[in-house]
Amino acid sequence: MEKVFGRSKGLSGTPFSFCPGCTHGIIMRLIAEVLEELDIIEETIGVSPVGCSGFCQDFFTCDFVSGAHGRAQAIGNGIKRALPDKIVFTYQGDGDIAGIGTQHAIHTAARGEKITSIMVNNALYGMTGGQMAPTTLKGMKTTTTPYGREVEVYGYPIDLPKIIAALDGAVYVASVSVDTPKNVLQTKKAIKKAFRVQQAGLGFALVSVLSTCPTNWGLSPQESLKWLRENMMPFYAMGELKATEEVKNL
Amino acid sequence: MAKVKVLSQYCKCCQLCIEVCPQGGLKVGDKTNARGYNTVVPVNEEKCTGCTLCAIMCPDVAIEVYK
Ligand SMILES: Cc1ncc(C[n+]2csc(CCOP(=O)(O)OP(=O)(O)O)c2C)c(N)n1
Ligand code: SF4
Ligand code: SF4
Ligand code: SF4
Repeated sequence: MEKVFGRSKGLSGTPFSFCPGCTHGIIMRLIAEVLEELDIIEETIGVSPVGCSGFCQDFFTCDFVSGAHGRAQAIGNGIKRALPDKIVFTYQGDGDIAGIGTQHAIHTAARGEKITSIMVNNALYGMTGGQMAPTTLKGMKTTTTPYGREVEVYGYPIDLPKIIAALDGAVYVASVSVDTPKNVLQTKKAIKKAFRVQQAGLGFALVSVLSTCPTNWGLSPQESLKWLRENMMPFYAMGELKATEEVKNL
Repeated sequence: MAKVKVLSQYCKCCQLCIEVCPQGGLKVGDKTNARGYNTVVPVNEEKCTGCTLCAIMCPDVAIEVYK
C-alpha cells in the first residue's frame, strides 16, 4: 500500500497548540503542503502574529520571525525589500490584521508589497478570551458583547478582503472557508495561487480564511463548522474577489 | 484496499474525522495519549475507501491514509 495522505515536509512535527477542533490547524497544514509542493520551504520566511497562532514558528520547517501584535506585514515588507529573492508570508488572525494592524494591511496593499498574507478570521479575539473584534458579526455574542453586537454602540463588522481588493497594489484577493472537505481543497488552491503570485513578483496577495473558534463560540467543533457556514459565509464576500489578468494567466 | 492510521500523539479527540467519514470508519478509542486526549481509532476497516476526507478535515494532521 502507498501513502496517499500524510504529514508534509513543511511541518516540523511539533503538535499544534490549538484547542481541539480549531481550524487554525487545517490552514497551517495547507500552507505547509503548498510550501512543499512549490519546493520553497528553504527560501521561505514566515512572520507570525500575536494571537492563538503566535507560536506558528514552532510548527513549520521554514524560517520564521515573530511580530508584535498587528505588525507582521510591516516586518514582512521589510524582509522582502531587503531580501527580494526570499518568499515572505504573514499568518494573522482577524484581530491582528483587521483590528490593531489595519493600517499595515491597507498600506501593504496600496504599495503593492510583494508578500503573501493569510488572514484567519474567527470573528473574535481568540487568544485573549473571545472579545469582540472588528470582524464580529452583527448580533454576535462575545465576552464583551454579552447581549450580541449592537451596531448602534459598536459599529459594523469590517470585511477586510473587500477593502483590500479595491486597492490597485493588491493583485490577488480571495475569501475562502475550511468548513467542508471541498472548501478545504478550494482554500489550498487559493493559498497556492497567492504564493505563485509572489513567485512571479506580481504584487500583494491576500487570502482570508473563515475559521472556527469552538472554545470561545461555546460550540462543539462540528457545530462550529455549521455556525460558520450559516452565519459567517452569508455575511462575508466569498470567492476570488480580485485576480488581475496577469494573475489569471499564471 | 485502503487503510487509515491515526498518529495518536497528535489526536485531540475533536471527532471531526468521525463526523465526515461516509463509511463509519473511525471511533473514539479507549486509550488516552500523553496529553490526556482519548484518541480516535479505525473501525469497520474493511469499509475504508481511502477517500482521505477524514485526513482533510483533521485539524491536527493526525491521520495518514494508505491505498
Ligand atoms: C499591543 C498589544 N495589544 C493587545 C494585546 C493582547 N492580545 C493578544 S492576542 C489578541 C487578540 C488576537 O486575536 P486574533 O488576531 O483575532 O487571533 P486569534 O487569537 O483569534 O487567532 C490581543 C488583543 C497584545 N498582545 N499586544
Ligand atoms: S481559542 Fe479559539 S482560535 Fe484560539 S486555539 Fe482555541 S479554538 Fe482556536
Ligand atoms: S479514508 Fe475515507 S473511508 Fe477511510 S476512514 Fe477516512 S473518511 Fe473514512
Ligand atoms: S480529526 Fe484528527 S484530532 Fe480530531 S479526532 Fe480525528 S484524528 Fe483526532
